[in-house]
Amino acid sequence: MRGQVSSLVVRRLLIALITLVIVSFAVFFATALLPGDTATILLGQSATPEAVEGLRKAMHLDDPAIIRFLRWIAGLFQGDFGKSYANNAPVATLISGRFVNTMKLAGLTAAIAVPLALTLGITAAMWRGTLYDRIVTVGTIGIISVPEFMIATLAVLLFAVYLKWLPALSLTNEVKSFHDLVRIYAMPVMTLTFGVSAQMIRMTRAAVVETLNTPYVEMALLKGASRPRLVLRHALPNALGPIVNAVALSLSYLLGGVIIVETIFNYPGVAKLMVDAVSTRDLPLIQTCAMIFCLGYLALITAADIIAVVSNPRLR
Amino acid sequence: MTNPTSSGRLNMRLGYRFNLVGVSALGIILLWAGVALFAPQIIPHSVGEIVDADYFGPMSRDLWFGSDYLGRDIFSRILMGARYTLGISLAAVSIACFSGVALGMTAAVAGGWCDSLLSRFLDALNSIPSKLFGLVVVAAVGSSIPALIATLSVIYTPGAYRFARALAVNVNTMDFMVVARIRGERLPYLIASEILPNILGPVLADLGLRFVFIVLLLSGLSFLGLGVQPPYADWGALVRENIGGLPFGAPAVIFPSLAIASLTISVNLLIDNLPRRIRDRSAE
Repeated sequence: MRGQVSSLVVRRLLIALITLVIVSFAVFFATALLPGDTATILLGQSATPEAVEGLRKAMHLDDPAIIRFLRWIAGLFQGDFGKSYANNAPVATLISGRFVNTMKLAGLTAAIAVPLALTLGITAAMWRGTLYDRIVTVGTIGIISVPEFMIATLAVLLFAVYLKWLPALSLTNEVKSFHDLVRIYAMPVMTLTFGVSAQMIRMTRAAVVETLNTPYVEMALLKGASRPRLVLRHALPNALGPIVNAVALSLSYLLGGVIIVETIFNYPGVAKLMVDAVSTRDLPLIQTCAMIFCLGYLALITAADIIAVVSNPRLR
Repeated sequence: MTNPTSSGRLNMRLGYRFNLVGVSALGIILLWAGVALFAPQIIPHSVGEIVDADYFGPMSRDLWFGSDYLGRDIFSRILMGARYTLGISLAAVSIACFSGVALGMTAAVAGGWCDSLLSRFLDALNSIPSKLFGLVVVAAVGSSIPALIATLSVIYTPGAYRFARALAVNVNTMDFMVVARIRGERLPYLIASEILPNILGPVLADLGLRFVFIVLLLSGLSFLGLGVQPPYADWGALVRENIGGLPFGAPAVIFPSLAIASLTISVNLLIDNLPRRIRDRSAE
């Protein structure tokens, strides 16, 4: 019985590994398609053909794509992410600081969104069909349906333009006190929290409602258990697996959200770095950023699947 | 005694398929569709014409939604933008769902290595975050409108595939499928005449949801400057163009966003209020 769970988990991890190989392949070749010749771009329009030729040789640009792909993968495993074309600095040093910033943003968002979403989702399921439930459901549909940049612009409009409580731009290098921290992170975190928790609330509510529809919960109701007791004591333990699964899946939404949020608020994170790298055609930088995002996304959805398997009592 | 009445009410409810929310959502969607079709005939000002001496002008009787960063009429630009947002999204969602559903049904019916190969590959594509995928591919192949449609449909094909395959696998185990196989029917017939009619409702609901995702991704890309390029502008591009008006609270930033929200919220509400019979999913 135990063997079944562990073999399913191992199988899932293997699939994740295969997926990662396909994804890295896709990322490499998508970026290799980028228009224009890198050597010409680096040297500018006035460069002599000999100089361009020399640089192409030095950067191994004339090798077949598959050789460059294998060399790139081998480099990744040794922690060598290559050098940025734009300013010749190692990609690792460019990214490391930015990565910490993005993780701070994501961590703060998760710390606020998870408790908020679980509370709202579970209480909405508890009082299913009431006005409160209607408001939460319609509110989450509304937030899921609008683009992130709309939430962000509305937040700027409300808090920076009309109320003048917060600055419209984020600049992390001037954090001196808790007050600064709030002023800088408030709007990016708020925007991300809206999106992430809306997903999470919907999924949590659905998971709890599904458990509430089972016969054993009906039995507890007939026995005379109160509504909160019904949900917290009887339904919740069984809904826990799907809920944790929902949390992991919703957090993967963060990866798409940060791209927009970091751009709007000019936040110095990995996503902003990547958007800038796309406009300067900085291949090693784009590839590494894309791999970081894909790895994070894959880790989260794999974790969600594994949690779903492990928490399913029928497999135990 | 109560039996005839309750069944009569049931019939009435099945006859009136939608409730009030569903009907109003459908109304808004049809309104936007009409606007997209007839935009050149109904715009009050030409989209390129500078009609206001001031930029980021307020709402007025002549310029209903104010003017943009060059003094052009935002109302007309939104009406024309509907063509790009709706047109590109509709084309992309049709291609994505057609190829995804066709592949999904094929995989479910054919089974074996064909199924596992397709599933592995498309699941791998699915585990690239959509916005990142769009960012990289659009930067690679450019943001011409055909390229945008192709990129968006590639991004959303795996999701449609997964959904259709899960539904088709269930139908595939039914007795009538066994009968059809014994009759010696071929794959195209099995897919089109035996599987498709049985999964059509949920597939259409899924198409609606995917349409919303595509509208949001397209707007996001346009907002980042990687989507529809000037002189054309979809709703996301209109927000980007006029983001400079944000500090003044200009209507030019707010109304294009509202247009996107009204469309996507309506589609979501319509799907949520479809009769259970259509929406019910045996998968997911």
